[in-house]
Amino acid sequence: MHDEMILQSKPAATPQSDQVRTSLRRRVRLGESLIQIMLFLCGAVSILTTIGIVYELGKESLNFFTRQLWEDTNKQIVADLPAATALLEVGEGGRTLRSGDVIQLGDEAMRIVDADGRSITVDRGVQDSTPVAHKAGTDIFLSNRVSLVAFFTETKWNPQIGQFGIWPLLNSTLMTSLMAMLVALPLGLGAAIYLSEYASPRARSMLKPILEILAGVPTVVYGYFALMFVTPLLRSIFGVDVVEIYNTASAGLVIGVLTLPLVSSMSEDALSAVPRSLREAAYGLGATKFETAVKVVVPAALSGITAAFIVAISRAIGETMIVAIAAGAGSAFTFNPFKAAETMTGHIVRISGGDLSYDSIDYNSIFAIGLMLFFMTLGLNILSQRIVQRFREVYE
Amino acid sequence: MSNHSGFVQNLPKRHSAARTWQIIFQASTTIGIVVLAALLFNVVNQAFGLVAIESKIDPASLAVNDVSLRDLSKEQLTQILQEHVSTGLFRRLENDMGFEQRSRENVYALVLERVVEEHVVETWTLYDSLFRRDEVFARVAEKYPKARVEFVSWIDSKFVSSPQSSDAQKAGVRTAIFGSLWTITITIAFAFPLGVGAAIYLEEYARDNWLNRIIRTNINNLAGVPSIIYGMLGLAIFVRALEPLSSGGIFGLVDPTTANGRTVFSAGFTLGLLTLPLIIINGQEAIRAVSNALRQASYGLGATQWQTIWHHVLPNALPGILTGTILAISRAIGETAPLVVVGASTFITVDPSGPFSKFTTLPIQIYQWTARPQGEFRNIAAAAIMVLLGLLLSLNAGAVLLRNRYSRRV
Repeated sequence: MHDEMILQSKPAATPQSDQVRTSLRRRVRLGESLIQIMLFLCGAVSILTTIGIVYELGKESLNFFTRQLWEDTNKQIVADLPAATALLEVGEGGRTLRSGDVIQLGDEAMRIVDADGRSITVDRGVQDSTPVAHKAGTDIFLSNRVSLVAFFTETKWNPQIGQFGIWPLLNSTLMTSLMAMLVALPLGLGAAIYLSEYASPRARSMLKPILEILAGVPTVVYGYFALMFVTPLLRSIFGVDVVEIYNTASAGLVIGVLTLPLVSSMSEDALSAVPRSLREAAYGLGATKFETAVKVVVPAALSGITAAFIVAISRAIGETMIVAIAAGAGSAFTFNPFKAAETMTGHIVRISGGDLSYDSIDYNSIFAIGLMLFFMTLGLNILSQRIVQRFREVYE
Repeated sequence: MSNHSGFVQNLPKRHSAARTWQIIFQASTTIGIVVLAALLFNVVNQAFGLVAIESKIDPASLAVNDVSLRDLSKEQLTQILQEHVSTGLFRRLENDMGFEQRSRENVYALVLERVVEEHVVETWTLYDSLFRRDEVFARVAEKYPKARVEFVSWIDSKFVSSPQSSDAQKAGVRTAIFGSLWTITITIAFAFPLGVGAAIYLEEYARDNWLNRIIRTNINNLAGVPSIIYGMLGLAIFVRALEPLSSGGIFGLVDPTTANGRTVFSAGFTLGLLTLPLIIINGQEAIRAVSNALRQASYGLGATQWQTIWHHVLPNALPGILTGTILAISRAIGETAPLVVVGASTFITVDPSGPFSKFTTLPIQIYQWTARPQGEFRNIAAAAIMVLLGLLLSLNAGAVLLRNRYSRRV
């Protein structure tokens, strides 16, 4: 009834021109704004992901570096210790205690103020513990924390027994990556030059999809290939005694194959972007095709090629399944590529593959490794973007 | 004109250098093909071949009155079973299911499993099986005189349809295929709408301000983060922090066999986060490729921005978006490391039944079988690789078909 009235009255009450004028005003469309906000939120998920990565990795790494381990000193107190006494008598043998050390008896933590042979003065009940009486013969535990200095300088990694040097893992990561780059950089650049400068359109249309297939093979299949094909090959070339079944060389070589398509396709894009006129000019001066390619086109595309190299390095550092399958388990600090050595990513996979309990030292330690891995790859990726932005030659 | 003669003298050297380098460049391109061929050869080589099978008791010796084991009646088979296994085991089998109710086939299978106890003692590759047949038979005759040699195709219909087993000959990839499909379904449901939405925002709405610049740079950087880092994110967020949600607890759907949040749900969302940047970047490119004239025409007819996007931009960009999505999904299907970290099960024989089940996927299965020292598990790993590659190949073929079909129409 009401609607009808409006419908009837509308044409009569407002003339045509008036209606047009009102509809020309900028209308607020609630639905449209809502859609825009929803779409923005979709984009914002990527920021949340980054924040999530940094927060979670950072939080667990912080736990790793602030967590306290209690090591058995093989020392006991010799006399009963009342709750209020600050002087305690310890037995012979075991580790020497120094002033400044934090020790634990039962559930109570104490800080040593002065250590004089067997009699030790302590601050009772530090670190939120309450002073209680202890019986003679109670074991003394010494506090040990993971220090950043030890993390970056020591060469043994075994969190279970208190060895926290990242170097064995980092070293084998660098070794496999270096090995991979020895394969991927020259071959990838060579392939890129061939595809962009030499190949006929027909050859290109056949070769490029094959390289794309190579890039699309799952890494676990490459891992299988490394273990079942490349390792036996290396063993038959260098000898079974020299090359271990699990070794960083075969993992590195196969990572090189994996990153080859990445290098070649990014470099080829850079080479193809160099304008024709530069090549024509070089030919005009009497240069051969090779001289044109190497002395004119490659230098002109150098920023793109460098970016490709850096992205490939970052990819090689983060590669996981190939090293998890072919490089071996157990950290080892070795420069011999034919020996087994676990990389950072390989270690994370092995540790988390078992039943990992939260808040254990292993759980926290893989996050510390993950954070380092994240910053290494992020740094390399940002570097490659910067290089492209800053050094790109712009041809008009 | 000493300069000129020097130039001429140099020519042959320069030309031969040019030729040599051309060959080198060509060779480096060919190496990719050679490696791909070697990889495929290696997989096929392992997936077929001769095996030597030894049995604890020769089936021929079990024949009754010259009737071979295969043709014996159920009663005779039951008797053989009773004679050869311990009374305890026989009673347990009887308790599981009375022998009156069991079929003849069932009892026959029990006899094979418990009495004959066939097991693989050694396997050979396809190459050895074809070209070194004599050596293989000589070795078997010398080392395993009781064994029989058989040609086995590790990949067959039984391999695809049977569940995981601790016996390599019986193991299959059905649970893994279902796990992969469940995971990928969740990944698509999560990442596709979100990724396309973000791509539309960045291409159609976003102004050039600091926030949008950060989002853009951030997406590019996320695409370069190693996949294992996503696994750790998934472990910390989906498995641990959101455990009530990811284990189905808040819906009252907790699977009694599911330990904490290590479910299909967590895996799917982890892979979703991983594929999101790829879908966004591909989607942006597809949307950018839509001609601006189309948008202007739509605006000219009085359409709003969303109407323009929904009715004109998206339909034209869709083939590109779908192609990009399929490529991202095929990357997710092959992804292993993040799922190991999120906590794929090492051994399950039950098909996952929903988002809150325990799971394993094809690549995880390949990884675990490869990590085992026994030769026959390497063989079934190769067979599983063939299944995985087949799946990926058909997906990619789908993407190519889609691209060709729509690019002709537009």
